[in-house]
Amino acid sequence: MLITQLKPKETIASIAGSKAFYITCEGCREVYFPEEEAAQLREEAAGIGSLVTDYICNPDNLMFQLEKHMEKLNAADTIVVFSCGVGVQTVSACFTGKKVYAGCDTYPLPGGQGVTPLEYDCDQCGECHLNSTGGICPITACSKSLVNGQCGGAKYGKCEVDKDMDCGWERIYRRLEAAGLTDSLLYPVKIRDFAVE
Amino acid sequence: MRITELFDQGKFVITAELAPPKGFHLDHMLKEAKEYLGAVTAINVTDNQSSNMKMGSMATCKALKDNGFESIFQLTCRDRNRLALQSDLLSAAYFGIENLLLLTGDHTRVGDTPQAKPVFDLDSVSLIHTVKLLEQGVDLGGKELEGEPPKFAKGAVVSPCSDSIDAQLSKMERKVMAGAEYFQTQAVYDSEKFIKFMERAKQFGVPVMLGLIIPKGAGALNFLNNNIPGISVPPDMIEELKKDPERAKAGITGVEITARIIRECRDYCQGVHIMTLGWESKVPDVLSQAGIA
Ligand code: SF4
Ligand code: SF4
Repeated sequence: MLITQLKPKETIASIAGSKAFYITCEGCREVYFPEEEAAQLREEAAGIGSLVTDYICNPDNLMFQLEKHMEKLNAADTIVVFSCGVGVQTVSACFTGKKVYAGCDTYPLPGGQGVTPLEYDCDQCGECHLNSTGGICPITACSKSLVNGQCGGAKYGKCEVDKDMDCGWERIYRRLEAAGLTDSLLYPVKIRDFAVE
Repeated sequence: MRITELFDQGKFVITAELAPPKGFHLDHMLKEAKEYLGAVTAINVTDNQSSNMKMGSMATCKALKDNGFESIFQLTCRDRNRLALQSDLLSAAYFGIENLLLLTGDHTRVGDTPQAKPVFDLDSVSLIHTVKLLEQGVDLGGKELEGEPPKFAKGAVVSPCSDSIDAQLSKMERKVMAGAEYFQTQAVYDSEKFIKFMERAKQFGVPVMLGLIIPKGAGALNFLNNNIPGISVPPDMIEELKKDPERAKAGITGVEITARIIRECRDYCQGVHIMTLGWESKVPDVLSQAGIA
């Protein structure tokens, strides 16, 4: 089980802007999700469109669900996703040129993670970093789970720990570079809080 | 003495890097240092480098200080959590160690003890930030330190010849933002790349020390080129070492190459840092051929 919690209203307001499209994922029985709060927030924010759906962690399902909304999605300058970290990463990988932001933080609850088809991984770190990392999770895509940028260990784009694995931080940098968003890496120093539960 | 004071005075700073032994006998290291490293401003001591278990950097720094050398304490985030890191920083201050090089550190998997648990509770950037807090008299938990806070020269590393210069500059900027006061680079063999990098890095206004490893031969240099992150060797340099294997083996070619790189880059950096890898004895020749000692 895991639990998602909405990021503070001010945080969401500061990332969303007026041309935001909101995607909410409520399908999964493994995730406790604050449905009412999210609905209220969407209403107040009045973006250019929204979709409440399920299992966005499955890219095929996600694209199927989004088909009818493509026009609005293309017009949006940000996509705010209310889901666990896996869902945000899936959306982000489908819209690499856009700002895709997490509206939630994901925490673990005792028990398994459920049966989501895991192309992307979320470690439920409790303070989702995806909004500064181009939607690629630094906790699971980096062998050292670094949150302040890459170590000096990558060679030819591969991680120092495993030559078959792409360096997560080089992936983050390349995705942000492609979207012209490398400035988002100038966030204040991050220090992980291992007491979050 | 903090080496940042020397940078402030406009001095060209020379440092050398030594690795502690696997054992606790420093006689050999101290003898080599006295014999060959007299012209060096400070000796930088590695912290379980490449994740190989060695005697500690802090104790080695203290021994060097006791023998009249200024030292630089390398501190990585691989083996200690934030309590241990802060505690070691205070211990270093007690020993009068004033220079730091703050690193994330290699993963345990790449060294001689791959079974070990890697820590990485902090990383290079948050460690620099932590030192800055201690200097302000508070720890990472927000608790006040007793008495006068410590004061260090906070160093960090950067790789000017890495595959992605933009990513390096971005990380360098984060380190500067966090409080890095000087940089030491990965070994440079391509002066042109270094100069191009420095033209962009100078915007940060932080002193940069050119990193150097004296090439021990064509094979060794080729190995560094293919396996070590951030190292890029121009092909004709490997040819230069191949030409006369005897000269290369004796270190003559390597010393010439290293001195040449220093001469080419000197106007673009604020000091040099020589990672000796056992060739302490070549350092005086490098410095004199480069015209800096
Ligand atoms: S940063 Fe990664 S581990 Fe943390 S909540 Fe986001 S997706 Fe999950
Ligand atoms: S090489 Fe890249 S993925 Fe590997 S530990 Fe370093 S930053 Fe993380």
